[in-house]
Amino acid sequence: MLTLFNGWRGTFSHGLHPPEHKELTADKAVTRMPFPDVVYVPLSQHTGAPAEALVRPGQEVVRGEPVAKAAGFVSVPMHAPVTGKVREITGIPTPRGQLVPSIVIDVYPSADQTILYGAPQDIDAMTPDELVAAVQDTGVVGLGGAAFPTHVKLKVPEGKSVDTIIVNGCECEPYLTTDHRLMVEQPEAVLKGLAVIRKALDAERAIIGIETNKPDAALALNNVIKPEDRVEVHVVETKYPQGAEKMLIKSLLNREIPAGGLPADVGAAVFNVATLAQIGELVPKNQGLIERIITVTGEGIEKPGNYLVALGSPIRHVLKCAGLKQGKSRVIFGGPMMGSAIVSWDTPITKGVSGILVLPRPELDTTTTPRPCIKCGACVQACPIHLNPCFLGQLARVREYDRMADEFHLMDCFECGCCTYVCPSDIPLVQRFRVSKQIVREGKAAAS
Amino acid sequence: MSTSTHLLELQASPHLHKPMTVDRIMYQVIYALAPVCLFSVWQFGISALALLLTCTVACVLTERLFCWMGGRPSTISDGSIVITGLLLALTLPPGFPLWMAAVGGFISVALGKALFGGIGFNVFNPALVGRAFLQASFPVAITTWSPSFASNRFTEFVPSSLTVPFCTPPSIDVWAQSVAIDGFSGATPLALQKFGQINTDLWQLLLGMTAGSAGETCALLLMAAGIYLIARNIMDWRIPAAVLGSAFLVSGVFYFVNPEVNPNPFFMLFSGGLMLGAVFMASDMVGSPVTPAGVWIYGALIGSLTVIIRLKGGLPDGVMYAILLGNAASPLIDQWTQPRIFGQRKADHG
Repeated sequence: MLTLFNGWRGTFSHGLHPPEHKELTADKAVTRMPFPDVVYVPLSQHTGAPAEALVRPGQEVVRGEPVAKAAGFVSVPMHAPVTGKVREITGIPTPRGQLVPSIVIDVYPSADQTILYGAPQDIDAMTPDELVAAVQDTGVVGLGGAAFPTHVKLKVPEGKSVDTIIVNGCECEPYLTTDHRLMVEQPEAVLKGLAVIRKALDAERAIIGIETNKPDAALALNNVIKPEDRVEVHVVETKYPQGAEKMLIKSLLNREIPAGGLPADVGAAVFNVATLAQIGELVPKNQGLIERIITVTGEGIEKPGNYLVALGSPIRHVLKCAGLKQGKSRVIFGGPMMGSAIVSWDTPITKGVSGILVLPRPELDTTTTPRPCIKCGACVQACPIHLNPCFLGQLARVREYDRMADEFHLMDCFECGCCTYVCPSDIPLVQRFRVSKQIVREGKAAAS
Repeated sequence: MSTSTHLLELQASPHLHKPMTVDRIMYQVIYALAPVCLFSVWQFGISALALLLTCTVACVLTERLFCWMGGRPSTISDGSIVITGLLLALTLPPGFPLWMAAVGGFISVALGKALFGGIGFNVFNPALVGRAFLQASFPVAITTWSPSFASNRFTEFVPSSLTVPFCTPPSIDVWAQSVAIDGFSGATPLALQKFGQINTDLWQLLLGMTAGSAGETCALLLMAAGIYLIARNIMDWRIPAAVLGSAFLVSGVFYFVNPEVNPNPFFMLFSGGLMLGAVFMASDMVGSPVTPAGVWIYGALIGSLTVIIRLKGGLPDGVMYAILLGNAASPLIDQWTQPRIFGQRKADHG
């Protein structure tokens, strides 16, 4: 069922319409990027407990082989993205900025990099619990950026139930086109993955939500959906941050996740299309997640495109392949709204990285010195959670962190950056909120 | 690629920014004010021009002085101080003594803005602080209205304009008699209504063919400026809507109760400083609330206070005090009207 052409365009209130810049890569088919000569596999590239290394320095590994095991339920294993030899396990800066113990693997230049690991398994014969374990074994996490272990979402908490699975094909961040290309090129993989998690969750409805700016993706999916699949494709307004869980559930189901709650509280579970495509590919073969599609784009890139890269490839290698223009630039992991600027050329592509964006210096604002708030209220009109960033910003200035949390719902901020985008005084509101949230968390931890 | 030759820039997200800055907002307001100023000069001649220049220069110099005294970089370039100067001039009688206008400009910036910490920190609209000071200090001069479209307005100053500093301005009654075109009196429509029960024709109000403050006369032009600001997304349309809507409703009630004494609501809307205040002063971002419900309450407060002061108070016009009171109430209104956040149950709210 395609509701592409009817009048209803699901949406949420507030949010904004930044320039999309997707034309740089939207029609570029995914191509494989050459393997680097070294990969870094951080043991913590997901939300939850870091994985435990299974290999020692000097040990040879084969592409697809598990090199680290999950440490508990909210954790995932890691697999060797390349055939090669473990050099050492040492601290490497990850896209989130911290130094994380990582397995350093020197790639064998002559290896043909075929995947020799994994044995086909019959999904239909599995119980839901076995499916959850099978998904955990693949090491798949939310590939949209959150990097939350997917199998955890398949285990619905006691007393709650999921009636609707939402497949997130919004890709609301400007510049990024990985999910777009994936839906156009591999719609079957998405549906295969959806079938797997649907079996685990036993949900009545399944809805794929796509923004209006990707009609070709909606059509591609619709073309491969059979009536017996009972999958709906819905088009939602192109608006940032449409791809945020809370916003998408509101747009598609008109349900509001309670403040501080989870999608399961309103009977929904949200999965990114790339996550589902990986599950659809990996679970039947019992293989691990070792590569992903990323968009390498921005005005500072010579060959912008969508590339299939081995996880752990250093950014140095990726930029060499895609061509980095000379000059001062800002290199960003992820999209321009929520992505973080890189601190090291050695930082590897991790599971949650959906793109690399290179903005040359002139593209950026030169006037980044914040000026006093003139209480224009633009941030209040932009915040999708309906917070009052104007008040919160003033309280952050005078360090009233507890008041921010208790009276002005600081902890409900999910750091989408809308307030900072619209601020005419260049006040780094969202950065102040990130810091404030961390201070509140540490204060709570110290008090208990 | 040799990455060593590349400089990396570190910044927190978001990495894109809407191309809207404080300066751009302020310059848009100045553009919107420009036709109002031009009309004022056309209507009142060189006296109005000198008044506009005096107020603006006084404000800019005072701002410069306080930035220098506070050791802060100059904030003149953001344009907000020019707006203060122009607005102050537009709220004064066109023949207002220039030395008093300069004092008003100084007070606007010193007491209205610099005292609170500069742009963004002022509680009250600076131009209205200056005007309130002038109203208290020079009650006669600020209610002496020169006739509009005087025959010699482009060649001769209103006698009171060039009063020697610290001296009492001369009476302009005789002069006004000699220059006024038939049908244009020196009294404002509100004063005529309040003290003489004479209602001015609505079209004259809309087109600005009346006496009054330098920039308040032409309601049509002011509305056009407001529509421009709303279209450019500079102004929150709800503020003028709430001010004008509430003024219309409240004066409508008064008119309904006693149409003999009270003027009709359309007269209320288009006379005096209401339109100027609703478009350019009540909507001042710094002094108005930020919450969606708050701006409605704030606007309604200003609109109804204006009508009540006009009809029940001793002054012909009450816009200035209504807006200053609205400014004073605005932080409290903001406190009371925190929006319901996403996913917050109604019971938890409050």
